[in-house]
Amino acid sequence: MKPAQDVLPNVPTCEQDIADLERVWRHPRGIGGWLSYTTHQAIGMRYIVTAFVFLLAGGIEALLMRTQLALPNNTFLGPDRYNEIFTTHGTTMMFLFAVPMMEGFGIYLVPLMLGTRNVAFPRLNAFGYWMYLAGALFLYWGVFTNAAPDMGWFAYTPLSGPQFTPGKRADYWAQMITFTEVSAMCVAAELIATIFKQRAPRMSLNRIPLYVWAMLIQSFMVLFAMPAVMIASSFILSDRTVATHFVNPAEGGDPLLYQHVFWFFGHPEVYIIFIPALGFVSAIVSAHTRREVFGYTAMVLSQIANGFIAFGLWVHHMFATGLPQIGEAYFTASSLMIAITSGVQIFCWIATLWTGRPRFTTALHFVYGFIAIFVLGGMTGVMLASVPLDLQVHDTFFVVAHFHYVLIGGAVFPLMGAFYHWFPKMTGRLMDEFIGKLNFWVLFIGFNLTFFPMHILGLKGMPRRIYTYPPEAGWGPLNHLATIGAFILAIGGAIFLANVFWSRKYGRIAGNNPWDADSLEWAAASPPANYNFEYLPAATSRSPLWVPPEDRTFVTGLRNDRREVLVTTLMDAEPHHRYVLPPPSIWPFLTAVAVTIGFAGSVFNAWYVTWGSILTGICLIGWFWPRRPLELEP
Amino acid sequence: MQKRSLALAALLILSSCAGHQQSVVDPAGPQADRIAALWWFFFWLLVAIFIIVMAFAVWTLTRPNRGLEQEPLEARHRPSEQKETQLRRIVTGATVLTIIILFVLLVFSVGTGKAVSELGNKNNGLAIEVTGNQWWWQVQYLNSDPSQVLVDANEIHIPVGRPVLIRLRSNDVIHSFWVPNLHGKRDLIPSRVTTEWIEADKPGVYRGQCAEFCGLQHAHMILYVIAEPEAKFKAWFQHALQPAAAPSTPITQRGQQVFLNNACVYCHQIQGTTASGQNGPNLTHFGSRRGIAANTLPNTPGNLGGWILDPQTVKPGNHMATIAVNSQDLQPLIDYLESLK
Repeated sequence: MKPAQDVLPNVPTCEQDIADLERVWRHPRGIGGWLSYTTHQAIGMRYIVTAFVFLLAGGIEALLMRTQLALPNNTFLGPDRYNEIFTTHGTTMMFLFAVPMMEGFGIYLVPLMLGTRNVAFPRLNAFGYWMYLAGALFLYWGVFTNAAPDMGWFAYTPLSGPQFTPGKRADYWAQMITFTEVSAMCVAAELIATIFKQRAPRMSLNRIPLYVWAMLIQSFMVLFAMPAVMIASSFILSDRTVATHFVNPAEGGDPLLYQHVFWFFGHPEVYIIFIPALGFVSAIVSAHTRREVFGYTAMVLSQIANGFIAFGLWVHHMFATGLPQIGEAYFTASSLMIAITSGVQIFCWIATLWTGRPRFTTALHFVYGFIAIFVLGGMTGVMLASVPLDLQVHDTFFVVAHFHYVLIGGAVFPLMGAFYHWFPKMTGRLMDEFIGKLNFWVLFIGFNLTFFPMHILGLKGMPRRIYTYPPEAGWGPLNHLATIGAFILAIGGAIFLANVFWSRKYGRIAGNNPWDADSLEWAAASPPANYNFEYLPAATSRSPLWVPPEDRTFVTGLRNDRREVLVTTLMDAEPHHRYVLPPPSIWPFLTAVAVTIGFAGSVFNAWYVTWGSILTGICLIGWFWPRRPLELEP
Repeated sequence: MQKRSLALAALLILSSCAGHQQSVVDPAGPQADRIAALWWFFFWLLVAIFIIVMAFAVWTLTRPNRGLEQEPLEARHRPSEQKETQLRRIVTGATVLTIIILFVLLVFSVGTGKAVSELGNKNNGLAIEVTGNQWWWQVQYLNSDPSQVLVDANEIHIPVGRPVLIRLRSNDVIHSFWVPNLHGKRDLIPSRVTTEWIEADKPGVYRGQCAEFCGLQHAHMILYVIAEPEAKFKAWFQHALQPAAAPSTPITQRGQQVFLNNACVYCHQIQGTTASGQNGPNLTHFGSRRGIAANTLPNTPGNLGGWILDPQTVKPGNHMATIAVNSQDLQPLIDYLESLK
């Protein structure tokens, strides 16, 4: 086989090629067809939309909590309802919004940025989405049948054990973890394979866009972190359903074992959420200042270091359990190290903004908002790394303020920027800039009004997760302020939604590259065709679209009459061979249904593990039924 | 941003003047004092760094805005090699500075941690065992002489100027012991014993509250540490060791009969009577306590009546049984319990 061959960019568009590509990559029709989609844009968009719905759900839960806490001795919510709502809020935001949203963007953007046509395992991709959706619906089935989890999103044992949380509340929570983590593992596997093997020719490792690096690191972190939480939730589940004794102290189990395993996942989880967001920031900064992000190598190395260090500091969530002195010093030091790697990135972005030619778009507004909020959250993070300070403010509203500063500031603000930045790519229309800036300011003010007072509340002794407080505690006025802020935040969210709906219909037509950005996704049409590119682009520089058009090169030689992609080598991305992706299939959906029957049923009856496994086996046979080569051609 | 930091400082100072409320920055003992000193060191240093970083970030806003129009490709911005080298130096310098500052913070933090943990090592210490229950605190003053062991609930009396070893255990789920004016948190973990030394410099009443989510009534698991001068503490202790005084008036005598003839005795102990239940708080000197239901309500006769008649409304989900006390019996019962000084 002859590898790809470079041609000039103004190669005449061949009508026949496009017709073939359109036919081969067309989505199947009908409801059965809709359940069979395997293109990365469709799956990525499904993730993004679903995760956004759960962001709204989590936001409504937050408003209910803030309403309850607005006044001392408020009776808007009782303790039981409040505990359900704060647990569901945390669970939703972590497992059903933040991680899937970042994965959705990754699935959508990574193949475009790499200049390929789909992810490496399209059917696994579809399966992962259905598992996520099933897990989310499973949890909310519990929420609406009075079985919402009520033991906090990290479900410490023995509180979450059979003795103290009877009923099915903790089981719904624990099994939802299994669903969403299966989904996350699928995404991680396919993104790693795609990034390693399907890059545009000549996109050597040192030319990968920073956002793609972020997704690569995040995917590796998912591979190592998610098994830990599945083990932790399985401890709870099997202690509850088949009376094992892993973490139930009444039976000789160890509650601290659970905490170690959970936080071995739980801390990397935070970086799994915000490392992709740092990738957004890099992409937005370089596009909107029109210069490459300063210090590419330093950025990549600090992100990799971040990924490693993330696994070495879980114990700082457990300082109050009592540790030997040497352990305390070790985990303080490792926690402080995160400030170095994050600091390097902040410095590099500021240096980029400083020497670039900025265009103060809404997306860049969100970057500035991110820097302000995230750096403040980083400062409180440094405080929390110190054992004596942590012992004072751990499990108080100070910590609530801290992690909302790093998660909303560090992940949601870049995410909003990402929406404004890539909306034209996804829909073909620009979002309105005036509404966008209004949106930014409302969110920024609302956010700080909500969460800044919580620092002071924590220092004044207000523990987190209390459903009410007496007036004499003196926490009333600041809580009231925070509640007002929360409603302003909600207005910001509504403005964003309005902008999305308005711009989708009436926004300015974007064209392929409205921002003059540098990475390959902007070479595709807006919105991209199912096959992304008629001719796969090659990456002749780190900023392939800032190379003069006559120097850009493209790949030809792929067959257009089947779903073919180009596989390149790991280090230098030299063209290696062509690879045929499978056609759309209903089997990933059916397999997800079978696995769901097994997972969901096993909460009620252990035999469902068996029935689910049998059904899954049958579906996998269908999924992997050998095809004659001819059948690959539709 | 800067304004907000100053506002924080102002608010913190205000809150530290507010007196008896629980607060991290209003230390009343050597442990909390050391931690508060570390806090202010971290606070001012990090505020300064925050302001500097923000100043650099805001400075970039002064760059000319190139607007939304598309530009020719040649307009791609590439600063001169000299400028890049200069930037590299600045970023490297900032990173090195970050590392140095973090190292200083690490040294101070570990030093404070070590100093705080050594504060309790004195000979005249007092040992108190605190046991967490959903949702109240059992307090037991330990002594090698069994006649000097005292069981109390939801209040800890300590002598000023003497270190106190708090031994922490839990009967059910994980709780966390936290009296911010005296020291940081320590978890109460079932199947384990954890410890913490506290000490009060000045007399006062310090509020604390369970800090690890422990179920329905996590919000209402409050305790007070009452620090008194040594003599006053000794007097209190000797009084508290005494069994409950026999009721002296007809109405309190009747109240005692109501207590002893109802299910109260299955859970509560009143020394000097036949009531010897161990599931709930010891009520021997109930009348002298500041609050009821783990300090959910102030200890007044009216609150007590409401609590006895309908505990599930006051503190939904708590484990106190609702006992049908008829209206003639209620007032004597309240009077009797309040007489247990």
